[in-house]
Amino acid sequence: MASEALGWWGVPLAIIAGTLRGSAPFLLVSLGECLTEKSGKINLGLEGTLLMGAMSAYAVSYLTGSPWLGVIVAGVAGMFLGVIHGWLAQQPRVNDVAVGIAMIIFGSGLAFFLGKPFIQPSAPQLPTLSLAGWTQIPQLESALSISPLFILGVAIAPLMQWFFRSSRWGLLVRAVGDSPDAAKAMGISIFKVRMASIVAGSFLAGIGGASLSLFYPGSWSERISSGQGLMAVALVIFARWNPVQCLYASLLFGGAQAIGPALQSVGIDAYYYLFNASPYILTLLIMVITCSPKRTLTGAPGSLGQAQE
Amino acid sequence: MSDRWRSLLEKICIPIGALLAALVIFGLFCALAGANPLGVYYSIYRAAFGSWSSFQNTLIQASPLMLSALCTALPARLGLVIIGNEGALVLGGLAAVAGGLTLGGWGLPTPGVQLGMALAGMAAGGIWIAIVGALRHYRAVNETISSLLMNYIAIALLNHMVNGPMKDPSSLNKPSSYPLPEMHMLGNLPGSRVHYGLVLGLVACGLAYFLIQRTTFGFAARTAGGNVRAARVAGLPVGKLTLAICFLGGACAGLAGMVEVAAVHGRANESLNANYGYGGVLVAFIARHNPIAASLVALLLGGILASGGILQRSHGLPDATVMVFQGIVFLSVLYSDSLYGRLPIFKERGVQPSPPMATATPV
Amino acid sequence: MPETNAVQESIRSMIDLDGATAIFATSFGYFDPHVLALAKDFPEVQFFHCGGLYQEGVHPENVGSYFGYIDEAQYVAGVVAAHASTSKRLGFIAAKPIPQVLRNVNSFTLGARSIDPSATTQVIFTGDWADPVREAEAANSMADQGIDVLTCHVDSPKVVIETAERRGIFATGYHANQAELAPQGYLTGAEWDWSNVYKNYVSLLQGGKTLMNGGIPHLVRGGFKDGFLKLSPFGPAVSAQAQQAAETAQAQLISGELVIYKGEIKDNKGKTVIAGGKELGQTAIELEQMNWLAEGVMGSVG
Repeated sequence: MASEALGWWGVPLAIIAGTLRGSAPFLLVSLGECLTEKSGKINLGLEGTLLMGAMSAYAVSYLTGSPWLGVIVAGVAGMFLGVIHGWLAQQPRVNDVAVGIAMIIFGSGLAFFLGKPFIQPSAPQLPTLSLAGWTQIPQLESALSISPLFILGVAIAPLMQWFFRSSRWGLLVRAVGDSPDAAKAMGISIFKVRMASIVAGSFLAGIGGASLSLFYPGSWSERISSGQGLMAVALVIFARWNPVQCLYASLLFGGAQAIGPALQSVGIDAYYYLFNASPYILTLLIMVITCSPKRTLTGAPGSLGQAQE
Repeated sequence: MSDRWRSLLEKICIPIGALLAALVIFGLFCALAGANPLGVYYSIYRAAFGSWSSFQNTLIQASPLMLSALCTALPARLGLVIIGNEGALVLGGLAAVAGGLTLGGWGLPTPGVQLGMALAGMAAGGIWIAIVGALRHYRAVNETISSLLMNYIAIALLNHMVNGPMKDPSSLNKPSSYPLPEMHMLGNLPGSRVHYGLVLGLVACGLAYFLIQRTTFGFAARTAGGNVRAARVAGLPVGKLTLAICFLGGACAGLAGMVEVAAVHGRANESLNANYGYGGVLVAFIARHNPIAASLVALLLGGILASGGILQRSHGLPDATVMVFQGIVFLSVLYSDSLYGRLPIFKERGVQPSPPMATATPV
Repeated sequence: MPETNAVQESIRSMIDLDGATAIFATSFGYFDPHVLALAKDFPEVQFFHCGGLYQEGVHPENVGSYFGYIDEAQYVAGVVAAHASTSKRLGFIAAKPIPQVLRNVNSFTLGARSIDPSATTQVIFTGDWADPVREAEAANSMADQGIDVLTCHVDSPKVVIETAERRGIFATGYHANQAELAPQGYLTGAEWDWSNVYKNYVSLLQGGKTLMNGGIPHLVRGGFKDGFLKLSPFGPAVSAQAQQAAETAQAQLISGELVIYKGEIKDNKGKTVIAGGKELGQTAIELEQMNWLAEGVMGSVG
């Protein structure tokens, strides 16, 4: 069937398609950050981790011809940065936000440094999973071609929810995040639990990078993330540190990226700079509406953002 | 040796040690990348501090960093971690151009136009960060995240304005605002090519230091920064303090934007968004939010930035090398913060006073 | 390197520390104010800027600018695109609505409409020279709208070309040859031939000629004829007929027989921008100040 113009129907379709294509990095980074923050530390450096993951996945896929190996290496590269963050952010009197900003500079610097030779060549991409066996409309078929990493993220979200609620390890992470003193009294090593949470979170963020370079947009360049890692950190807050809500919030952000171009493709083309800023405005608005000085946010880890003893 | 000297020595030795460690790690990195570390050190030195000409380059890079650093350093005294420097700088530059064009259009003499530009820039940057403070105080919105988001919004606003309402139709291939007339531009210090922004930066750092350390306002801010609840009990107006100090911090970054347009670009366009904001965050944290130290650290970072080109040209290292170097320096200096009072050499009698520091407030 | 005074300082250190006597500045934003300011400080050094517009009497005499009329190649790409397209709807992903970009969009469209007057070009501005996610989003939403040939003017066409290939539609390249990114759908592309341009400059400089002694012209411009541009080799989807039409257009551009901006040309709001019978040759200054989109382009300069 020849492709036909969809006209105005293209706008919601483009947004849905953009959501399915573009939300995987948000999802994986925000799940990683959710785990990290539940243990009581913030990792702003996931922007650098995302770039490092994107670069290493692309490089490995190009050099070995195996995109899946690229995904694993991206996770490992993320863990490497996570170890640095986890160790440094837990030193006495060291502020985790500051370490995060340093890690953004260090991680993205390293990714740009090592990634220079891989900007030009084309690397093998991850396979797509098609959910569109039932339709003949090419636009829908394309919209429903989904990244395996997105599926992975969708599967991890409820698992992580269960992990926090019901598993022994999850309770441990929450205990450390909510009341480190009590956890310490119980003989739990705060350092080890936080380190493990940060490293595991960075692993997920690294994989998020792989989904940028090996699926969508499917290329490595220095501008590939353009702040998505930072956005994902903000997203955790309005998802209330709840993994399943992270999933919904990621879908929202993925869709928001598609709004500007989709509107232009049907002829609405004023204010595109402002449309392009819509995810940021949206996050800020949601934070303003939902936060309140009278109570702590439900789900907020008690020790989050407090100084290290 | 008295405790006081010991503590001073500690404050000098630890940062220097951290820098040396960073240099060694960076040297190893360069060696791994196939460049001669000693050659790289020499090139950095030559490009940053090696001659009067190259030192001027360092000074030029340092002045926006000094101003932008205060945007993080001042609110840090109240326990706020604000990283909205880039946004405040960009909007400050935009407002300064708008103000300068308007006042110039009224035929004001140059000093009046320049003062107006500075005030416009400071007001824009100040209000932008005061919004962050207000959201923090009245709605308990995490100031780090909101200021980060507002950076992106500010940059979008800049792009929207210079591509639309404020666009000079003759700025063909690089959409920009109308240019400021040459006579209203900030000049250079006599006998150099360093513009007056450096003076503004040094003065602002000095004033900020005085404000924090020597005035009742500064004392109240430091007290409230230590413990918000206690400050409330003591009757300190925490809300007003938050807004005031955020406004002042933002005003400094806005002034940096004004300096950029009035001394360098001559008009507002996307070049304003040149990462001096994030550089300023870095400077503030390395200086441990001390304004005087911030001016020195800004010089150091200015020097590193100034050496970016030569690493590319003389050693075949990619431009990201400078970022890696900055990252290593930053991480190393942050680690060194944890060493105060822990190194046996500096420990003798009595307890070391723990240095003031910023902590994030709970989200 | 960002377009701040770091540019000036870096060039200054090339002159001071490395002893450079001729500087080539290749980012548009370097010209005003940075290159102009330096040229005053170093009257003995020659500055060559890519993309700038040298104005006699306004700019210092040790400054020269060079640029190519790459829209000639875009015109030919438009000819090929119109042949390949079945929907006769083409897509152009552009960074910003500035004259250099608009000229490419218009020439591409005029080329396509010389083959099929009903052909249209949808343009999407991403607002940024490099924003891979938004470029991919734009490419996908155009594919959803039934557009079947894409081209672009952004820093790196890679994402656009690859996305087009994945969506099974055609693409024409920009800057360099991107054929290997889209072995099926790559039609042709508008390429710079800088090595040729710089080779000329170097031989002039080696011959002792300078801007100041008049040996090198201040304003160097060129198209196919002057070796500034070339076309990517035609891809497998280009029919013999399309190939012939493209080669004819290219030959006519070289001989000067074909003038792209030849009245009457209307903009996409119906206003006549080039009057009937009027011809604007490639050197025409009006074309370097273009702020309109030709009839058949869907989009607005905002």
